[in-house]
Formats: sequence, C-alpha cells, structure tokens
Amino acid sequence: MDPMDSIKQTYFQECEELLLAMEEGFIAIENGDADDETINAVFRAVHSIKGGGGAFGFEDLVSFAHIFETAIDNLRSGKLAATPPTVKVLLRAGDMLSDHVAAAREGRAIAKGVDGDIKDELASLSDDGGGTASDDTDELDGFGFAPMQIVVEDAPARAAAGWTINFKPHAALYAKANEPFLLIRELSQLGKTDVVADLSQLPALDQIEPDQAYFGWTIRLEGDVPREKIEEVFDFVTGDCDLKIEAVTPAPAIQEERLPAISPMEVEPAAKEEKKDTAGTDSTVKQTIRVDLDKVDRLVNLVGELVITQAMLSQRINESHIPRGSSIGNGLAELEHLLRELQESVMAIRTQPVKSVFQRMPRLVRELAAQTNKKVRLVVEGEGTEVDKTVIERLGEPLTHMIRNAVDHGLETPEERLKAGKPEEGTVTLSAEHRGGRIVIEVSDDGRGINRPRVREKAIERGIISASAALSDDEIDNLIFMPGFSTASQVSNISGRGVGMDVVRRNIVDLGGRIVIGSAPQQGSRFSLTLPLTLAVLDGMVVAIGDQTFVLPLTHIVESLKPKPEDIRPFGRGRHLLNVRDCHVPLIRTGELLGAKDASDANKGVVILVESQGIGRLALLVDAILGQRQVVIKSFENNYQHIEGIAAATILGDGRVALILDVDGLATRCRHELAGTQLSEFRPTGT
Amino acid sequence: MSKTILTVDDSRTMRDMLKLALGAAGHTVIQADDGVNGIEALQNAGPVDVIITDINMPRMDGFGFIDHVRRDPRNRVIPILVLTTESEPAKKQRARDAGATGWIVKPFDPQKLLDAVRRVAP
Amino acid sequence: MDDNAKDLHGPRRQFITFKSADQVFGADIMVIREIRGWTDTTPLPHAPDYVRGVINLRGVVLPVIDLKARLGRGLTDANPKHVIVVVKAGDRTIGLLVDAVSDILTATSADIQPTPELARDGQAAFVEGIAVLDQGMVTILSMDRLTQSLVDAADSLPQAA
Repeated sequence: MDPMDSIKQTYFQECEELLLAMEEGFIAIENGDADDETINAVFRAVHSIKGGGGAFGFEDLVSFAHIFETAIDNLRSGKLAATPPTVKVLLRAGDMLSDHVAAAREGRAIAKGVDGDIKDELASLSDDGGGTASDDTDELDGFGFAPMQIVVEDAPARAAAGWTINFKPHAALYAKANEPFLLIRELSQLGKTDVVADLSQLPALDQIEPDQAYFGWTIRLEGDVPREKIEEVFDFVTGDCDLKIEAVTPAPAIQEERLPAISPMEVEPAAKEEKKDTAGTDSTVKQTIRVDLDKVDRLVNLVGELVITQAMLSQRINESHIPRGSSIGNGLAELEHLLRELQESVMAIRTQPVKSVFQRMPRLVRELAAQTNKKVRLVVEGEGTEVDKTVIERLGEPLTHMIRNAVDHGLETPEERLKAGKPEEGTVTLSAEHRGGRIVIEVSDDGRGINRPRVREKAIERGIISASAALSDDEIDNLIFMPGFSTASQVSNISGRGVGMDVVRRNIVDLGGRIVIGSAPQQGSRFSLTLPLTLAVLDGMVVAIGDQTFVLPLTHIVESLKPKPEDIRPFGRGRHLLNVRDCHVPLIRTGELLGAKDASDANKGVVILVESQGIGRLALLVDAILGQRQVVIKSFENNYQHIEGIAAATILGDGRVALILDVDGLATRCRHELAGTQLSEFRPTGT
Repeated sequence: MSKTILTVDDSRTMRDMLKLALGAAGHTVIQADDGVNGIEALQNAGPVDVIITDINMPRMDGFGFIDHVRRDPRNRVIPILVLTTESEPAKKQRARDAGATGWIVKPFDPQKLLDAVRRVAP
Repeated sequence: MDDNAKDLHGPRRQFITFKSADQVFGADIMVIREIRGWTDTTPLPHAPDYVRGVINLRGVVLPVIDLKARLGRGLTDANPKHVIVVVKAGDRTIGLLVDAVSDILTATSADIQPTPELARDGQAAFVEGIAVLDQGMVTILSMDRLTQSLVDAADSLPQAA
C-alpha cells in the first residue's frame, strides 16, 4: 500500500480525535469551565487538522480551517470574548469543519458556498474582536522571508557574470547552530566559487572567546545565477549577519588581490560519540498500546473456554464426591476465584466508556433544535461508564432515535413552554450508570409527556386494541412500542422515516436488554434502557424441563414459587392462569411451548415468574430448578438459524449443550398460541 | 549521509509524514509528541544531528523546547528547524529569537524538507 | 492413468464414503472437517425431525442432521457406534449422523452421473449425482445444498405482528 494512503488513514483517525477534543473544549468554554489550556487545545486541534489537510491537498478544508483558526486565535489572545453567541458560532464552525473532514475522507466535494455563511460569521467575529494584524502579513511571509540587510543595487541591465558576496556572521548566527561552512557549501552548489576568508578580526589565541564571531568571508560566485537563489541560501540567517551581494559586471575585470583559497575554519561541533544504532526507533512515549481487536476477541473466547472447562472440572469433582474441604476441593475453589478475576480483567479490556456513543449527541441535538426551531439543552451524565465494545456499537442507533423523539415529539416549542410556565429552553438528559450488574441508560426530557388519549386513539385506529379495552397508563405508554405506530400527525422529516419505537425496542431486546417508559403529562418522559455489560456472558438460572436442561436469564426473572393447585384457574381454550397474590398471570407449560412431548405436571413442578416485553408477567412452569450460574453465551444461529424463544446456547459443566431461553420470544410464541385473543382480554397484571 | 533526526510534533499525521520523507532519504528518525517528551528523547536517544519541531504542542510548546535545548551545553549546537505555517510571522521571529536555526513551511514539500536538513547539518 | 486420460475425465476428486440406511454415500473430502462418535444431542425446539439437535464440538455448538431421516427413512436409533461426520459448507459447520464411515475413494467428474429420474425420491435436492465405481454405486452428496436446505426448512413461525 502506498505509504501516503496509510498516513491518510492516520490523518482521518487523528481528525476524529481532534474534532472531539475541539467540541469538548467549546462546550467547556460555553459552560464557563475553560482555562487557557482548554482554548489552546482547541486551537491546536483546528491547527493540526489544517496542517494535515494541507499536506493532502484538501483545499476547501484548509481554507475553512484557516478562517476558523484565526477566530480561535483571537479568542486565545483575548481579542475576542467568549460570549454565548460567539461560542455558538464557533460550535457551528466546528460542525462545518467536521463536515469538511467527512467530505475529504469520502472523496467528495462540499458544494460551493455551503460554508459561505459560517465563514462570514467567523470573519465578522474576527473583525469585531479587533482583527489581527498578522493576517495582513500572510502573503509576505509565505517564503519564510525576513528583511535582510542587503545593499540594494541598481539592477544591472546585463546579466551578471557572477557575484561577490561578503558575509560576516554575528555571534547570534552561531548561537542558533548555523554553520557558515554549510552556507558556503550551498553557494558552491550554485556555481563555481572562490572563497576568501577574512581573518582580520581574529584576536590572539588566549583572547578568543568561543561564542564570539570573528570571521568573515568573501565569496566569488561565477555564473549566471539569479539573485534570489543566493538570497535563499542565506534565508535562515538574515538578521544574524552582515551580508552584501554584489553583481559582478563582465566587462572590466577588476583585478582583486586574491589570496589562495583557504578553506574556512570550521567550528567544530561538540565531539559526538559513536552513533549508537538507533535505526528506526520510534521512541514516542505513550501510555497506551494499540491492539488488534481480533487478538482481544480470541482472548475473550479462550477465557470463556477456560470458564467452561473449570465448570466441567467442578462438576466431575462434585460427582466423585471428593469433599470440598480437601486439597483438591480447595485448589478448585482457588481456581474458580482466579478465573473469575481473569474473566473480569479480560472483559475490562474490551470495555469502553459510553462516551464514544454519547459524544455524537450534542451535535445531533444542535441540529435538531435548529431544524425544529426549538431551544434545547443537552445534559450528559456518566459518560465514563464502561460497557463492552460489542454493546456500544449497537447502542448508537436506538439512542439517536430516542433523542430525536425527545426533541421532535417530547419537547414543546419555546412559545408553548413559556405559556406552560416552563423555561423556554427544553432539557434533554442522557445518562448512563451501572446498576445491579447491568448498565442503565436513560433518555429523559422535560417536555409534554406522552399524550395518552392520542396514543389510545391511534392504537384503536390501528386495531391494536379494541375500543372497549380498559388500559392502565403504563399499558398505554407501552403501546408506542407496537410496530407501525406513530403519533406524529404527519410523518415528520426527522423521526418519521418508518423507524418506529418498535425497532428501537427490537434493537435493545436483541442486545439482551429491556426498555421501560415513564411519563407524566406536561412534565416529561423518561426512557430507561437496561443492557447487559457484555454480550458474551450471562447470569442465568438453570432449570430442568423433561430430561433437558435450559437456562433462563436472571434479568427477566421476578421470582420462583411452588404453585398450589387451588391457585390455578382454567382460562379459555386449555389455558390456565396462576393466581399470584391476587394477580392472575398466564401459566405456561414451557416444555409444551418448546415442542417437548411430555407436559410438565403442574402439581410437581416449579413456577418461575418472568417479566416479558410483550405480555407482561408470565408464569413459566418447569420441572425443577437446578441452580444459578454465570454461563458463556454461544450462538448457534450461524450454523443453524434463529429459533423464536431461544436466545442462544451454552455449554454446561457436563459438556452438554443447554439452550438459553429468550423470555420475550417465549411470550411472542405464547401470543401466537393464543391467536385471536386480544391483549385487553388477557388482562396482564402484576405491573 | 544518513543523519539522526529528532522530530517533535503532537500531530500523529505530521510525525508519520516527516518519518516517511526523512526515512526515505535514509535518515534515522526519532519521534516525540511534545516538548517534554522531546527533551526526554534527547537525553535518552544518543547523538542527534538535527531537530525538527512544531510550535503548537501541549505541555511544552516549541519555544519552550528550543529554549531548553539551547541552554543545555551538550545539545545547544544541534541545528533546530521549526515547522511553521504562513500565518505565524511573529512566532517565527520568536522561534528564531529562542534559537531556531531555520524553518520549514507546512505543509512541507519532502524535497524542501530534505534541502533544509542538508543546509543545516553537515 | 496417463495425462490424456486425465484430461478427458476431468480432475480427480477424493471422497469419503459412509453408509446410511443401507446406501453408500460420498462427500468431497474438502468439506469434511472431522469424524466423531455419536453423543447425545440437545434437541432444538420445533425443528424438523431430521434435525436431531446440537452437540458441543470443542466449544462450538454444532447442529446434527440425521441423514437417514433426511432421506425420509425414519430416525436412526443412535448409539455410540454411530458416527457424526462434521462438514463445513460455506459459513456453516454441521454434523451429519450416519451409520458408519467406510472408505476414501477417488473419482473424476466423468465417473459421476446424474441421478436417474426414478431413483429420485426426495433426495434430489442435495444429491450431486451417482458415481459408478469398481467398488459399487456411491451417491454423491452436495453438502452446500444439504446445509442450505436447513435454512429453508426452518421453524416457520409467523413473525411477530
């Protein structure tokens, strides 16, 4: 691969990081939390993006970044004050820069004039702030050119046959590690040179001061060399020397008294030691290392296998009745303990703060606010909360959708809010935290809350519920998760693209999570997502159904109980309800539902009360509870396919495969078994 | 002749490009991502023939770095080239006042980069 | 065989042959991963009868198809003497339950003839052809199509409304 391609990739990666740092910086400035270093960091970010962009020829990006950078520089120097309107302009400029980067990465052009407005705004910011004089000198300094002490001659009409250059360095020239020898060498590349040293100023040996400049040189350069080339050689040292460049006219050859050419004395650099072999060493000091994701995944899998093998070992030992207190038993306990720690550590490698998903939201909210003409403030909490990478990747879409909903449907317009006695600016809060071994993410708003009468109406219209159904507030709220549901009177540009809350819920459920709504009219709504910390491992209850072993995810389990015959009531066609503390819950013969031949005996079995998305609580009848364990999740869908009601598989201590039940899938199956029965007749309870 | 060159820049992209251009000419490249690490690199890496540094960096910027180098008797004769953009004339002067030997304009032309290196180091 | 003959008959392929329901079958050796003895499977709910369930193959959950049942000849009365042939076709790895594994044979494409109309009782979907070799007739199976038919004959529960 062309090395520049690789560097280009690096550049775009770096842009991502820099854009993020920039946005964070602006937000800090907006909140008044910024210090000088913050502003410097923002400047550096834009500066670096510009620098790299220039190297790859992204002209539009560079031109925009330049104006942007100037504005930030003004902020930095105090010429521009960080007032809220100013910061808002800068934030938008940041978004524009982000778009430029995206366009450059995708190889497309930004349409002409798209950034015109924001450029003007930035320019006027710079003007208001008093502007910076340094902009004017841009052109001049393009060549790294500072005024030289040269004697300006009348430009000879004829081409010069050569030049005479008088060069006397000052001490400063040496202090900056410039080398007359090297300069003269450069000159000799331009043409034939004749060098004469002027040693007249050299004092006696014992009076020589090492950092003083005593030497001068007169160099005759033959040939038709353009003056600029000579000037270029002395580029770096102008100001630190006396320099006179005179053209030599060809005709009268002035006989100069020439001493034999003496090579100029070289100022010996400090004695250098033998170079050690430092070929290719890249000694950048960093705190992190980059690792291929494949390697981490392999590690995670291996540890998963270790856990399974240890469980098998445990089982064998139990079966052979070796007492737990014996050395083998103790060794095993120690092993278990170490393995658990190992597993946690390995899982931690793959975890990342949710920040990487949350960071897109501020910009999203800004755009939505602009599109809907609403005033919105986004509060983000807990972005440091860590979650497995696999979960993070799939969190983005549902979150985006929920925030869209919150701004589009949840929040009122500024006028409405004022009328309702609320502050003009609506607040959307996005938070993440660990709770009980799961991660809980909440999106809440202080808007109008769920319009329950409207939702009910729509549901009746769509035939989801019957007109006579009496539903609790919670039940109505949950109706918005029904497929095809949308309460927008017209499909809004933003949220109504056919992606409804049902898809959001599906996404979350597929991740092994759940979503719960809370809402109060006129006060706002809150969506709570609970997700597992990792998709690889699950805490489950192991149960026996017939001669098979299954695993039920603990997260869905409410309680387990032994049903009493008198609590079981028949219902409809061969179905039963279980009375649990005066709530009636559908009783499901899980074995039957899974197509097993022998039905569990309700009199002998155990009921596990679970919470499902679609139906609410279910009482799953199983034969026995075998225990509780953490299991490693294994998919079989790749080799087989999806089975409704089965989430995945795992390998138990005895080496056999046990299926992991999907409670929501079972609930769905249930509903199909009860085809024709409407939700309202079911009267799910227990909420 | 191959030289040992220390590049100090907080941008990964820039470091990669410098390394590519310099490495292709047979030079050995040592990298640091800010002034503080640059100083460490100078201490640990053995003789350095040329230093190329950016100005805008976190922790210790180019000025601070050059200043530091020029005060160190062992290192003060090392030629230092500064990476500048057109719009920083005041910075360039400041860098020279701090002791920079010369400069390279960003975005740099690899040939110009190599020329500048040649011009300041034997 | 001399080169001429090879060109005429096509490239030589190797097959592993196995017996099921008194018939000899073959599968291209390239798709075969390993041979294992039978172990009890964990049944999959609502699967067709020829899908016996899944087993643990060194940490991978492997579905096992009963070849005899797939051919419509009823379920194999499996015991540890029976064999599971682990095959990988495309992205899928599955196990095929057979009575016993016999031999490795070599044949060229010319040796394989299309299945005669009459003999086709439901096998057509995944049979590549019949090889008539010195050792007898071998029904050559296409593992790709066998695994594909798993997808098609799936649990056909209507999707949630």
